Amino acid sequence: MTQHHSITLHLNGTAHAVSVEPRHTLVDVIREGCGATGTHTGCEHGVCGSCTVLLDGEPIRACLMFAIQADGRQIRTVEGLAHGTILHRLQQAFIDHHALQCGYCTPGFLMLAAGLLEADPNISDDALQDGLSANLCRCTGYVNILRAVRAVAAELRA
Amino acid sequence: MTKTGFPDARVLGQDVPRLEDAKLIRGQGRFVDDIAPPGLLHAAFLRSPHAHAAITAIDTSQALALPGVHAVHTLDDLAPHLADTRLVVAMPSPSYRLDLHRPVLARHEVVHVGEPIACVIADSRYIAEDAAALIEVEYDILPVVTDCEAALQDGAPTAHRNAASNLVAEMTIAYGAVEDAFATAAHRVHEKLWIHRGGSHSMECRGLVAIPDPVEDRLTVWSSTQMPHAARRLLCDIIGLHERQLRVVTPDLGGGFGPKLIFYPEDVVITLAARLLARPVKWIEDRREHFISTTQERDQAWDVEMATDAEGRIQAVRGVLIHDHGAWTARGVNVPQGAVSAMPLAYVVPAFRMQIRAAATNKVPVTPVRGAGQPQGVFAMERLLDAAARAIGIDRAEIRRRNLVPADRMPYETPIRTRGGLPVTLDSGDYPACQAMTLQGADWAGFEARRATARAAGRYRGIGLANYVEATGRGPFEHVSIRIEPSGRIFVATGAAAMGQGTATMLAQIVAEQLGADMSNVVVTTGDTEAAPTGLGGSNSRQAVMAGSSAHAAATRLRDRVLDIAGELMEVAPADLEIVGRAVQLKGVPQMRRTLAEIARAVAGQAGFVLPGQSGPGLAAAEELVIDAMTYANGTAVAEVEIDIETGEIAVAHLVFGHDCGRAMHPRLVEGQLMGGIAHGLGNALFEFMAYDDTAQPLTTTLAEYLLMTATEMPRVTILHMESPSPLNALGIKGVGEAGVIPIGAAVASAIDDALSDFAIKIDRLPISPVDLLARLDQAVGG
Ligand code: FES
Ligand code: FES
Repeated sequence: MTQHHSITLHLNGTAHAVSVEPRHTLVDVIREGCGATGTHTGCEHGVCGSCTVLLDGEPIRACLMFAIQADGRQIRTVEGLAHGTILHRLQQAFIDHHALQCGYCTPGFLMLAAGLLEADPNISDDALQDGLSANLCRCTGYVNILRAVRAVAAELRA
Repeated sequence: MTKTGFPDARVLGQDVPRLEDAKLIRGQGRFVDDIAPPGLLHAAFLRSPHAHAAITAIDTSQALALPGVHAVHTLDDLAPHLADTRLVVAMPSPSYRLDLHRPVLARHEVVHVGEPIACVIADSRYIAEDAAALIEVEYDILPVVTDCEAALQDGAPTAHRNAASNLVAEMTIAYGAVEDAFATAAHRVHEKLWIHRGGSHSMECRGLVAIPDPVEDRLTVWSSTQMPHAARRLLCDIIGLHERQLRVVTPDLGGGFGPKLIFYPEDVVITLAARLLARPVKWIEDRREHFISTTQERDQAWDVEMATDAEGRIQAVRGVLIHDHGAWTARGVNVPQGAVSAMPLAYVVPAFRMQIRAAATNKVPVTPVRGAGQPQGVFAMERLLDAAARAIGIDRAEIRRRNLVPADRMPYETPIRTRGGLPVTLDSGDYPACQAMTLQGADWAGFEARRATARAAGRYRGIGLANYVEATGRGPFEHVSIRIEPSGRIFVATGAAAMGQGTATMLAQIVAEQLGADMSNVVVTTGDTEAAPTGLGGSNSRQAVMAGSSAHAAATRLRDRVLDIAGELMEVAPADLEIVGRAVQLKGVPQMRRTLAEIARAVAGQAGFVLPGQSGPGLAAAEELVIDAMTYANGTAVAEVEIDIETGEIAVAHLVFGHDCGRAMHPRLVEGQLMGGIAHGLGNALFEFMAYDDTAQPLTTTLAEYLLMTATEMPRVTILHMESPSPLNALGIKGVGEAGVIPIGAAVASAIDDALSDFAIKIDRLPISPVDLLARLDQAVGG
């Protein structure tokens, strides 16, 4: 159980060589092994989506995957969204539409939305709502999150 | 209703960008689990798997032997270091019949599933959990109390084996000639209600990191608490430290919603463990633990009656509330007391008598969750009003209009008292106008056409409404200090705690308004015992009102001082000066200026030199404005629902929320608070259910079983505002943190009744599930 394995996580374009036990979850290793604490945990049982990251471009729940399964794969987290001082348009839209309060769920929603929009820039409003219902937020009542993501979707369509 | 706001203000009343967002949006927030000092150890708790059992033996030897384990603590290990082995945290009340102070760790008896028994400290959380599983505890199973009504029946087993009964507290809130009113009333209606509310479920669970500093013999405790100053006092008392030896800081909080204001056993155990091991120790609650150890709200059984005259004017209300208190007194009796106090508030109720009986059960302790009993009280009152409207044959909105406290009677002193014994005086508002505005926004008058359209398509559509009045801004004070340092920056520190609502932004607005209107020049520190000498923290929708008022008073004083000193330095009258951005300038002659930095430097003092002018040293002001009376916000919710009678599915088609929280300092934050509360209220009305079986085993311990609202369930929501400034504070503000949740269950129930009026179904419980509704429909059709 305590046997360690050396793996490499490609996190936001940087390779992190980390030593993990097979049972270590991806989210724990992203946070503790790589020190990227922007990805949060809200349930550790795959329901809340606070831990959502992009794995090879797909939104996944990093609490439901073992780090060892992500060996050698490309992972994107909230820390990789902005380019220097320039925020990703989703980040800016979240601020503009007051789509975050405590901000705990926000990284997960940003990565989920980024994944949805990258997969289908023409995604319909309904499909967006459906997709975003995968994650939970206790503060906002979702209305402003939907507004923010729809605004970006509209920009992309234009 | 026109919005008054702050018409002459530069930043107050504006939707300025939040100070909090820049780091949160980049994932650079610092939540408690993000704090990882070198040498950090991790804790896991062994918790009771039984709802009620005697502990006959605890063997920790195998756990201790596991490599990587540094300590395993039971109560026996910790007791020599504790001034008290119990958490004595109950708020004062003459109503208690049992003292239920919970232990730091359970030793001889466990009284709910999830109660902590032992704590393992290890190199990692993984190892700590492995070790916790190796602790052997021998139990003798004891009879269990699961239901609060059954708990109070003769011969019921007791939740605590040595308690005489399960009656934890008993009180009656009463005034007026209730019996006479009922004897002579034209109409009497009666409701038996069962109202459930669940947990808070902030997305971030609880947690703390205790970091000892052996050099200075001090500890810093980073805790996800809404009340850092209270936590410091309790920790100091129980561990035997003085205030300089312990700093409690609230980092970014991933939501609070009530239970994070409670002081928990884990707070003591982790802090003490760090001190004993001289190593930093972290404990982060997982979601399962949140279900079984974080306080929650739960069941209330209401048996209530209303008497009215022939026109539907309320003559009296009476009844009994049985409240599920849980296994320990983790805060007090404020939830049922708040529920009953909220009941009559919006209306003129000449006579009132409600008895409260709080019952101990073998479940997690109950303490306030956003709304703090008020949704239940409003539900009971509004159900009675709907029943009375039916009995009399008048419109549900009309009966309310006849009974709402009219605007011309404000301020309206009710005979009710707060928990501190102060009279409840409604300070301002026009409740009938607010209801009228909301009805209009919801097109109440045009509803029958929508009902008919839906019916033609085979759907059952209904509309319902509810009013609420919310007590906000609980005093007595909050601390705020402001300093302008030689850098020219403005530093604000407060005892208020930020929970994610934008508290720092709100305080910065108030301060910036007086001191140059440059939000980026203001640095706010919340929730740090080191930064503020005292503080009451976040609860009761109090922070905008209490901290906001202190901030306003301090900022106004400091502005006058800045202008006085600048006047002396510039040899002009202070009245001719204004603060613009980071400088004081002569009105109309902006080049005649002194920066805030220059002014701060001028009065910073130099040893041996005389200060300029008469003003004394430093640029600082602190305020702890005392405001005892609470300010009352109000509102009306109208819900429109559609029901599929084949599946029992309830879809909320439109929700209109009209409200009055006084002046809005940041309209967008106000809407955000309301929207979050409305979502929570809809969850309570339709989905959220903390289920237990007959042995008080929790059945909902994941977010897959306990359903929170998601984006798809969120209906169309229209929020309407009116502003009746509170006369109780200079800014005219009222709290808004909990309002959204309060009337939703009542409005939705009213709408479902209306939709199913063909079947004469009356909603008498929350939450309302499709399964329950189908059963009722089957009954109605079959019978
Ligand atoms: S933490 Fe992964 S889904 Fe909740
Ligand atoms: S903003 Fe707090 S949980 Fe979403």
